[in-house]
Amino acid sequence: MVVVSWVLALAAVVSGFGVFRLNSMARVTFSLLVSFLAVAGLVLLLGLDYLSAVIVLMMVIEMVVMAVFMIMYMMNPAGLMPMAMYHNKAGAMTISVGTFVLLAAGILLVDWPERRGAPAPDPTFALGRSLMGEQMLTMMTLGITLFATIVATVVLSTGRGRYDRLGDDLDSATADDPLGGGVGR
Amino acid sequence: MIMDEPVPVPAPTVALAWWWALLLPLVLILVACSAVVVDAAVGARAAGRPGGFTAPAREVARLLVGQRRRTLAADRLLWRAGPVVLPVAAVLAAVVIPLGSLPVADLGIGIVWFNAMEVLAWAAVWLAGWGPNSVLSLAGGYRFVAQGLASELPHMFALTTAALGAQSLRVTEVVAAQQDLWFVVIMPVAFVVFLISAAAMAFWGPFDAPIAGDLAGGAAAELSGVDRLLFLGGRWLLLTAAAAMSVPLFLGGGAGPLLPAWAWVVLKTGGVLAVLVWARRRFPTIRMDRWTEISWLVLVPLTLAQALVVAVVVLAQGGL
Repeated sequence: MVVVSWVLALAAVVSGFGVFRLNSMARVTFSLLVSFLAVAGLVLLLGLDYLSAVIVLMMVIEMVVMAVFMIMYMMNPAGLMPMAMYHNKAGAMTISVGTFVLLAAGILLVDWPERRGAPAPDPTFALGRSLMGEQMLTMMTLGITLFATIVATVVLSTGRGRYDRLGDDLDSATADDPLGGGVGR
Repeated sequence: MIMDEPVPVPAPTVALAWWWALLLPLVLILVACSAVVVDAAVGARAAGRPGGFTAPAREVARLLVGQRRRTLAADRLLWRAGPVVLPVAAVLAAVVIPLGSLPVADLGIGIVWFNAMEVLAWAAVWLAGWGPNSVLSLAGGYRFVAQGLASELPHMFALTTAALGAQSLRVTEVVAAQQDLWFVVIMPVAFVVFLISAAAMAFWGPFDAPIAGDLAGGAAAELSGVDRLLFLGGRWLLLTAAAAMSVPLFLGGGAGPLLPAWAWVVLKTGGVLAVLVWARRRFPTIRMDRWTEISWLVLVPLTLAQALVVAVVVLAQGGL
């Protein structure tokens, strides 16, 4: 258990640092993914198997989508040429290593309190009860805020609204879309 | 305020003996091989050729001795990683599927685990498409990401609906909840959407655009030799795992008369695989732009409505 924990911790830090050392967008992305997967393993060791599985699920999807967007927005469309993955090299490195040292020092130096109480018999159930119970208002507010942000971003950034699709009086029988779509709107 | 209510204590983990973990890949490969042979025989018959049963074995032998193709400025590490991840993800996903009445690992969060392992295929296909520094291959990888984004939400809602019906994420408890009535009866929409999205996750026809002929093979275009075997074999394993997962989720697991539980699991899995193989031959490849719109505008609302109906039924029956 302790050995696995150390191996995962080292893997998380080393592959996380790989983001600074590697020079391809794809490798950087997947190095970061390996780091997250190692963290998911550590969370699993803590007995929080639901959170661990969700970290794997979310991070694989996020990293793949991130790779697509990173490569799309770079000057180098296919992204296959080696390139530095960060700007302000010295600054970024200082901030990252500084944050790591600060947090690690904090972990080692803080006088941790003794444990009181016992963990819930089923942490997944306890988490669900908390999210759907006491924290319901927080989660609903968060959800609606995120949803509103997504809608607002799409509305602000879209180049084609309904007037472009259906004409100035919105009376066109078929929409004028560059791509057909599958529902036949 | 609600701490006084009894909190369910997780059931003691009952699973198959540890050495089943070593057998599981073989079992999965065996079932997938049977499906491959049937598929090849059906293909040969459709083309008017006799037999066809031995074609897969010959193809495997050819790929095993085949040379690796080399491309200019390939990202070799990532290119090799893609085809390896695919079969590994399929086997890891399969550990929560009861092979009879017990799975290899009866995880308390089995359904989430299954989905988490399935999405490793996203990374695998994108890596296989990215690695060789080839345009058609990369386009195939991108297609799969678009397809994954379109099918992940309906897939997740279908899985959630089954978990909701059983009020548990543990796969054996989902099976136990179907003793009276299979979930396919009370949540048919979730079952159909699960099959559709599982086929899309395994880029199985009609969702095989990521490796389609119009891209000269797409993500698999530059793969050869043992890499190609791992990639295409891994795709079959993923499809088999998804078909096998539909049995405990919707088809009552090993329940059935006369035969033992494992035989029913194999029979039902074979039936679901047959439907998927038939669907690939029956329907033409669907384009990403069409599929994305259908998925978001039709399947997502349908699965949400299905989840709502199941939730109301569970509440009416005095659930949680």
